[in-house]
Amino acid sequence: MSTAAANVEGRSDAHQYVTVRVGGQLFGLPISSVNEVFVPDRITPVPLASREIDGVLNLRGRIVTMIDMRRLLGLSDGTLARMAVGIERTGEAFALLIDGVGDVLLLDPSTYESNPPNLEEEWTQFAEGVHRLETELLVVLDVERVLATVGGVRSAA
Amino acid sequence: MDDLLREFLTETSESLDVADGELLRLETDPNNRDILNNIFRLVHTIKGTCGFIGLARLARLAHAAETLMDEFRNGRPVKSGAVDLILRTIDRIKLILAEIERTDGVEPPGADEDLITALEAEAAQETVEEEVVAPPLAAAMPAPVETASAAGTLERELLPGEVPLDELERMFRETAVEARPKAVPAPAPALAPKAAEGEPAAAGHDPAAAAAQTIRVNVSVLEHLMTMVSELVLTRNQLMEISRRNEDSEYKSPLQRLSTVTGELQEAVMRTRMQPIGNAWQKLPRIVRDLAHELGKHIELEQHGAETELDRQLLDQIKDPLTHMVRNSADHGLEMPAARRAAGKPEKGTIRLAAYHEGGHVIVEIADDGRGLDVSRIKAKAVENGLCTEADAARMTDAQAFRFIFQAGFSTAQQVTSVSGRGVGMDVVRCNIEAIGGTVDVRSKRGEGTTFTIKIPLTLAIVPALIVESTGERFALPQTSVVELVRVRGDSEHSLSFIKHAHVLRLRDRLLPILDLGSVMGLSCHWGERPEGELIVVMQVGSQRFGVVVDSVSHTEEIVVKPLASVLRGISLVSGSTILGDGRVIMIIDPNGLSQVAASRSDKTGEATKSEADAAKNADSNRMSLLLCRAGAEGLKAVPLALVTRLEELDAEDVERLSDRCVAQYRGTLIPILYANDEVERKTSGKQPLLIFSEGERTMGLVVDQIVDIVETAFELKLSSTSPDIMGGAIINGTATEVLDVAHFVQRAFGESFDIPVGHGHERNGRLLLVDDNAFHRAMLEPVLKGNGYAVTTCTSASEALEKLSGDARFDAVVSEVDLRGLDGIGFAERVRSELHMENLPIIAIATGGDADSIERGRMAGFTDYVAKFDRNGLLAALREFAVHEDEEKAA
Repeated sequence: MSTAAANVEGRSDAHQYVTVRVGGQLFGLPISSVNEVFVPDRITPVPLASREIDGVLNLRGRIVTMIDMRRLLGLSDGTLARMAVGIERTGEAFALLIDGVGDVLLLDPSTYESNPPNLEEEWTQFAEGVHRLETELLVVLDVERVLATVGGVRSAA
Repeated sequence: MDDLLREFLTETSESLDVADGELLRLETDPNNRDILNNIFRLVHTIKGTCGFIGLARLARLAHAAETLMDEFRNGRPVKSGAVDLILRTIDRIKLILAEIERTDGVEPPGADEDLITALEAEAAQETVEEEVVAPPLAAAMPAPVETASAAGTLERELLPGEVPLDELERMFRETAVEARPKAVPAPAPALAPKAAEGEPAAAGHDPAAAAAQTIRVNVSVLEHLMTMVSELVLTRNQLMEISRRNEDSEYKSPLQRLSTVTGELQEAVMRTRMQPIGNAWQKLPRIVRDLAHELGKHIELEQHGAETELDRQLLDQIKDPLTHMVRNSADHGLEMPAARRAAGKPEKGTIRLAAYHEGGHVIVEIADDGRGLDVSRIKAKAVENGLCTEADAARMTDAQAFRFIFQAGFSTAQQVTSVSGRGVGMDVVRCNIEAIGGTVDVRSKRGEGTTFTIKIPLTLAIVPALIVESTGERFALPQTSVVELVRVRGDSEHSLSFIKHAHVLRLRDRLLPILDLGSVMGLSCHWGERPEGELIVVMQVGSQRFGVVVDSVSHTEEIVVKPLASVLRGISLVSGSTILGDGRVIMIIDPNGLSQVAASRSDKTGEATKSEADAAKNADSNRMSLLLCRAGAEGLKAVPLALVTRLEELDAEDVERLSDRCVAQYRGTLIPILYANDEVERKTSGKQPLLIFSEGERTMGLVVDQIVDIVETAFELKLSSTSPDIMGGAIINGTATEVLDVAHFVQRAFGESFDIPVGHGHERNGRLLLVDDNAFHRAMLEPVLKGNGYAVTTCTSASEALEKLSGDARFDAVVSEVDLRGLDGIGFAERVRSELHMENLPIIAIATGGDADSIERGRMAGFTDYVAKFDRNGLLAALREFAVHEDEEKAA
């Protein structure tokens, strides 16, 4: 655990985040929303689904819908091996495809700020706010909004 | 919404459904105290719980209903009006409940004074019978709940009444028996509906015992269990695969055991999804009762096999179709009481519901003993709607005709009622049932009733599927929609063609639209890149058949259907996903979605072909369907297909000789059998192809050696024949073919005399309009006229002919039957002359009779000439005389 987190450990108004990296940027997901972290294997593409849905895979007998965070955030497709963060919403299993998973951080509200006004709209719709860490900034990801945004059907080619 | 409220909502709506059914039973069996007590308890429980949760509006309503019910318990006779009132109250309660569910626990504002006042007024009505029929034994029955009203019951029931002794004894007997189960009442009122919910129909059962045997389990727990079991099955499959590779494995026998147990577990878990079909029927008695009142009919609903189990998911999906079909039976199927009496049937009509298992399917039958379907009206309607031609309709069997009722917009109801008759419905029923992989069929006998048979799979959770591959991805195609697999190479008999950009497959004289699975799935297209030819899966959805091009077909498998996440459900081509044995997820293709794509494409194809076909038609309207056969040694023989009613196989042993003629049994009657010519083999054993010709009541058979093909082709008939049984010769598909003269055979078979046209060479061209409502006559005349070089347009009625004439003035002559249904030939001629002002258009009448008087009338009306019905030479002569083609006229 990083030093920034250690300072505020045990304080009741602090929030715990699972940190992930997408295209070089650090994001934080509220730990309560994350079910598990896994290495995705054998993703089946879903024909005619919207672009940000990478496909579905079988995770211990459950069908998990994979959301490509790079595509959702308007970044170019990465070449790195990817990781996935499993999320559950209204009984359905989703997973966010990200570049890599970092530490779990306990962050104090004092380092929290709302989105800077000049942040691109593509990002503000998924960003709840920003935490100032010592070395970089952590964008708090609004998981509900991410899941609510995906969908929409691509018309048949 | 809190758990308490949710629990209340589920429980109450279940209780209400039970109460609904019980009330209807009470109406027919008003003396049954058991039923009465049961309903009273249900209503009381609802009242109590509402008060407890703080739903004041519901509580008041339930209270008012309870008060009235209490009057019944006090011995007041149960009347239909009062039951109606309570049923309406239950409906209102349901409405309010639905609203509460929608608004998350807020009771909707509004007043129910109308119902409450009515209920109270009904309850307050003191009747004499109330005093008289006070059941003396009621005191012996435990009041299920300790309320003021129940206490009141006890006091009243002790009132002495002037009951005749035998009546008293009867009540003693009845109550003594029926009260017994009630001696063990549910300890708390709240438990009672639960007990009833398990077995709504089993009123006689001990409720306490039923309660002990069923528990309420959340559906999501079952779903989870199901998921885990399928995962277990997958893991087992993988282990079995490993053990197969390692021969000497010591795991073998425990693995075998694991495998068996897993299989059984899977089956047991599947069973938890099963529910008795009776659950889907629960609302039907009420619907039938209300309908019977509304329509003024007496209807009895019989239920058989309500305990037949099927998947919960399917149950939900057949509820609506079933309701619709029962409504239909009540409205259209059953006659009014007076009509039933006149037909010698009991006034009370019966609708019979039956369900049973048959070979992995559930069969549901909805039968009524009503008037049955009217074949002729269905056929007429089908022709009117352009679903088939009259010739097709005439040839069709009853069962084929009945299937038209499942077409969209098809209703034979003469009037639209509030219940049905708008022509929507049976097609929706069919769609709904086909959507779950089922089929629906109908049998009917005029005057005796109609039976609908629905066949549905036991479960949707596991379906047989064909696993195919396209552009590197595997897909599952539900086996129920797959008809056959076809490989098409450049040199094979089935071939792919292009019409503009549309691909079509010629498969046994049918054109099928073709889709490439890869390209409709937005992957990529490999048209023509496969050297080994295209692999096509022919699929059928409803009546639509189409082909799907895939890269390879691997195997069929029973797949466990897993729904996709809600965000992916909008994709019409994918209905779900499944996990294969290797753990990989694949998509299940929705055949309905594919058929829609195929339909939209084939529409375009249709347009393209239509314009081409139109062009072809204009160039040559002599195209006809011909049946090619062999009779004797030399060459092919042809018969206009429109004249052939049916093709049969004649068992040589069935042929009997009566003097010099042959006859055979055919559908219960003796029909004359003729041989096409002397060279046709007279077999003494085995089978021979037989062409059946029918004209009205008369049917005959013509024996040939072999049926070769059916072709649609343009042909030019040379009416130069040497033998009376040959109409002439023509070149069909490059082969010289003799066209058999059916009229000659009919004449020989029935000994009627009519002239056979002898060859007059090839005639000039002219456009003729042929009007005859008899399909057989049309089909007989058409080839003669076409063979003589006329372009013939046929009409089945005078009004159709008028329409054609007014739209297109380029006809050279009209040949019309005089005796037409609707507007007759004389009226038709008058209108052509007066309304269309076609004074010079030759109209040649064909008449069966032909007395001087009617001929005169015809001439007055505007007929140019009169020809006897079968005088084809006369007709041709008349045409030569009058119908001279304009061009030639000018040239002349």
